[in-house]
Amino acid sequence: MCLAVPAKVLAIENAMGRVELSGVTREVSLMLLPETKVGDYVLVHAGFAMQKVDQKDAEETNALIAEMNGAPRTVGDLEESAANG
Amino acid sequence: MANEKVTLAHGAGGKLSRELMDEVILPAYGNPVLNELHDGAAVNMSGRVAFTTDSYVVQPLFFAGGNIGKLAVCGTVNDLSMTGAVPRYISAGLIIEEGFPIADLRKIVETMRRMADEAGVYIVTGDTKVVERGKADGIFINTAGIGDIIPGTDISPKHVKPGMKVILSGYIGDHAAAILAGRHGLQLPDSVRTDCAPLAGLTQAMLAAAPDIAVLRDPTRGGVAAVLNEIAEASGCGILIDEDAIPVHPEVQGVCDILGFDPLYLANEGKCVAFVPADKAQAVLEAMQANPYGRDARVIGEVTEGAPGQVGLRTSIGGIRVVDMPLGNLVPRIC
Amino acid sequence: MDKKTERELAARLVAEIQRMAERADHKLRFMEVCGTHTVAIFRSGIRQMLPESVELVSGPGCPVCVTPDDYMDKAIAYARRPDVIITTFGDMLKVPGSRSSLGEAKTDGADIRIVYSPMDSIRIAQENPEKRVVFLAVGFETTAPTAAATVLAAEQQGLDNLFLLSAQKLVPPVMEALLQDEEVHVDGFILPGHVSVVTGTGIYKPVVEKYHVPGVITGFEPIQILRALYRLVRQAVNHEARVENEYEDVVRTEGNPVSRRITDTVYEPVDTNWRGMGVVPLSGLRMRESYARFDIERVMPLPAGALPAPKKTACRCGDVLRGVVTPPACPLFGTACVPTHAVGPCMVSVEGVCAAWFKYGRGRFIYGK
Repeated sequence: MCLAVPAKVLAIENAMGRVELSGVTREVSLMLLPETKVGDYVLVHAGFAMQKVDQKDAEETNALIAEMNGAPRTVGDLEESAANG
Repeated sequence: MANEKVTLAHGAGGKLSRELMDEVILPAYGNPVLNELHDGAAVNMSGRVAFTTDSYVVQPLFFAGGNIGKLAVCGTVNDLSMTGAVPRYISAGLIIEEGFPIADLRKIVETMRRMADEAGVYIVTGDTKVVERGKADGIFINTAGIGDIIPGTDISPKHVKPGMKVILSGYIGDHAAAILAGRHGLQLPDSVRTDCAPLAGLTQAMLAAAPDIAVLRDPTRGGVAAVLNEIAEASGCGILIDEDAIPVHPEVQGVCDILGFDPLYLANEGKCVAFVPADKAQAVLEAMQANPYGRDARVIGEVTEGAPGQVGLRTSIGGIRVVDMPLGNLVPRIC
Repeated sequence: MDKKTERELAARLVAEIQRMAERADHKLRFMEVCGTHTVAIFRSGIRQMLPESVELVSGPGCPVCVTPDDYMDKAIAYARRPDVIITTFGDMLKVPGSRSSLGEAKTDGADIRIVYSPMDSIRIAQENPEKRVVFLAVGFETTAPTAAATVLAAEQQGLDNLFLLSAQKLVPPVMEALLQDEEVHVDGFILPGHVSVVTGTGIYKPVVEKYHVPGVITGFEPIQILRALYRLVRQAVNHEARVENEYEDVVRTEGNPVSRRITDTVYEPVDTNWRGMGVVPLSGLRMRESYARFDIERVMPLPAGALPAPKKTACRCGDVLRGVVTPPACPLFGTACVPTHAVGPCMVSVEGVCAAWFKYGRGRFIYGK
């Protein structure tokens, strides 16, 4: 329901950020993510930065592959993932 | 005349019309046939003739890497080329909105001349009309063209047979990305520009390598998806393409990711899709890769006996899905 | 991850899903709540890769699909006023109301502008001070703060000609409504990724625990969706029910508190009508009294008789949205209702369940069969 893409913040001025995805740039509002800093990767939806992106996907993949190979479950319910992150 | 604007009188057939002709049009793409300024052009053709027409309306009129005049000449040159013809002569009808800057008109007609020269065609007849302010979007252009069909070629979907290879001449979606980005506040790096180009040389080299190419098509509006669906339907064969084989520049993919588009549906103005007998695919690829407009040519899939009339796509992760006929205009989706 | 590794991992995940699903005593049915997941699943061909023992059904997560006729009728009525400019996401243009669509109103001369961001409406309002600019605020928890922030920005700039026609909706209440429905059977939810970015992971916990249904939050890459399915199958066969987060890149326990605060400033929860599901308690948002001056329905109510009478069709969008039937069970699917002439909104939106079935293959599509 909500198309959103990760983009890198290149510049910030007056609560607006210039973000870049694969060389494409656009102005986005930082009203919903005021703590944004230049250099951050942020998730962009409808012209707004919505959240800072932490690159955890690779870790999740590795944990999953380990599990499929017989290692004990490492990523579990909410409480555990909250403790991890 | 450089700072002036086009007025209704420029289209009225009198002194100002003649002035526009003499100072803007003829200096740009005049040639011995056009310079006669007869009601029609008399030209020599060699045998079977290919004949095509297309009208061009685009906003913005000037975009990264081109303008409406470039589209108007290349579009008609390419339509002739895809018919298996050597393009020879084209006509140019201009419908201009009152108040249009003459300097912009000059840029457009000069581009048309450059493209005609590159494609080896002459603009031998034409027409200029001026309409009231608000009745046209700056300028509309219609071009028609004729060309000599290359002897021994017969381009038709009825020749498409299972086992044939589908070849794409290069990266897709550049033209649409260049046009659409600006409409939605996206800025593209200079490297992304329209792919608009005259493909006459490319298709002639391909047909020289393999006169029995079944189909040549330029994937303009509706993109590669539309072309493949049309050929699947017309030939009664299936087509299976490979997602990983389809070249898309990262910036174009970026525009698609942001606006929710699929690159297979984006318009191209300088690309060619060919259906080639499998044993000729290598020769055709080599001929294409030796041409500047076919440098990135590759096989993207093949014609199948199964799934008649359908286009399938093998996805990156190993699934297969249908690639359907596009519907209507591309509008960004958010939800 | 390169493409080859990705393809191998996908095959491995599918094999594991199949192996685990064999332990279940019935065919496992998972619902993707979010329409962007629906599109991603179809585009990547995941349905076709899954074993017969696992089935995916699409839920009510496409805002275009769940927006009822009367909202579209209102939008069209406002669009037809000469002093109004409508701004909208592209998806809404073709959504049928009970008599026509915004696209048809545009053809008739209504000033309707497609925007990428609600904020684009501010510029349009500034450039057209003599017009009332009305943004069609539809969507879920992700989009609500962008509309609310646009209202706050308009307030800050003293703009008095920007308004919302609002039909914002909320995910957890509709999930609960689905689970209370005896016709609906799901073994787990693929939970929406970008809604969770705003809400955080906690909001699903009450529903998941109360109804003992597993849920996994995930992203939109094919591999992320397969990983979520793997986790759902594992929970289902082990009779577990909890919320797992497969999208830690952007989904945090606490979500985005600033977004929620901005939404809460402008909006309050309200009972809302969903297409095909009727009124669901506290499942929507309405602008608070303090922001009523930005609500076009309160500033410029439509005169009585401005809206057409509701129209009855055989369209089964409602049942499709609840996951009770798949699109081919609708008598109109593929005949009277096709993407070019859509009867129900499920066929209109690219994310719509019916459109996705029609476009990417009717259900379990096997190429060449």
